Amino acid sequence: MSDARIQGYARALFEIARAEGTLDEVEDELFRFARSYESSDELRNALTDDQVPADKRQAIVEDLLGGKATSTTAQLVSMVVGSGRARDLPAIVDQLVQRAAGSKELDVAEVRTAIALSNDQQARLKAALENATGKSISLKTVVDASVLGGVVATIGDTVIDDTVRTRIDQLKSRL
Amino acid sequence: MSILANISLIAAENVPNDGVGSTSLHPILPPIGELIIGSLASIIVFSMIYKFAGPTMKKAMSDRTARIQKDLDDSAAAASAAEAEASNIRAAKGDIDAERSRLYADADTQAEALLVDGRIRIDAEMADLEARAEAELASAAGRSGDELRAEIARYSSGAIDNVVNGTLDDAAQQELIESFIARVGSSTGAAS
Repeated sequence: MSDARIQGYARALFEIARAEGTLDEVEDELFRFARSYESSDELRNALTDDQVPADKRQAIVEDLLGGKATSTTAQLVSMVVGSGRARDLPAIVDQLVQRAAGSKELDVAEVRTAIALSNDQQARLKAALENATGKSISLKTVVDASVLGGVVATIGDTVIDDTVRTRIDQLKSRL
Repeated sequence: MSILANISLIAAENVPNDGVGSTSLHPILPPIGELIIGSLASIIVFSMIYKFAGPTMKKAMSDRTARIQKDLDDSAAAASAAEAEASNIRAAKGDIDAERSRLYADADTQAEALLVDGRIRIDAEMADLEARAEAELASAAGRSGDELRAEIARYSSGAIDNVVNGTLDDAAQQELIESFIARVGSSTGAAS
């Protein structure tokens, strides 16, 4: 999909969420769903299979998000999947997150850890990143088992990587 | 001659004549008459010989002298020709010796050049063989080293994954996260 189309979908989702008054919550839920979509081959195959009717794919979304996310989030994802744009869902959501952070003059910091961060850790990590970068941060956390341990934070083009996976890769490359 | 005739006449006067002929009483000289006649006859004979045979003999001697001179001249010419021929032969022999020496020198030069070329070629081939052998040895050693390193890296990677997965319990995860927060928080305005 072209950048303009992705931007168009992101802007539409952003406006709907803001109009609903649930922008922060929807943004966070969409972000988490997009990361789950990226990490799950099964989910990705199910939502992008053209042989599966659109209503079946939307039903899968409803099953996954029903009761676990706001109805706005479920409806927005269902809309994207139903229109056959499931492949572009991560890019659309990333644009939405960037747009939402920009509207609040924040920079998005995507943080990946092997285990979930507590609220206290998220708050202290957000403060630490703001202190380190000098920017106001919108923290987005992703539980990613592939990092094995530690934290990798991405703020724009800046990457702060202190994961076990990276250290092991460096060690293996030296070996 | 005249002295000898006078002596013979004096001796013949004492010889007795027996009527048949003169009988000489001298053991060497004949009777005087025979002596005179014989002398005259001899003079006549020698005069005639001188007159008639003298030119012929003189001519024969002259011819013989000329022939001998001619033989001498021919011999001298032959000797000169032989000497010249000998000189030519000696010169030719000298040329042959010089040519032989030149051929020997050329052969020695070519042999030396061949020897030098052969040594250079053999040295180059030896150096090439040594270089190839060293390269192959180095390559083999490198391959063995690479294979060994790859094997070690493979086993090490597996061991590292196993060790890390076995030691990364919840406490270790929390410690890593807290360490990251503390480290990032301590840095100001310069993310890495």
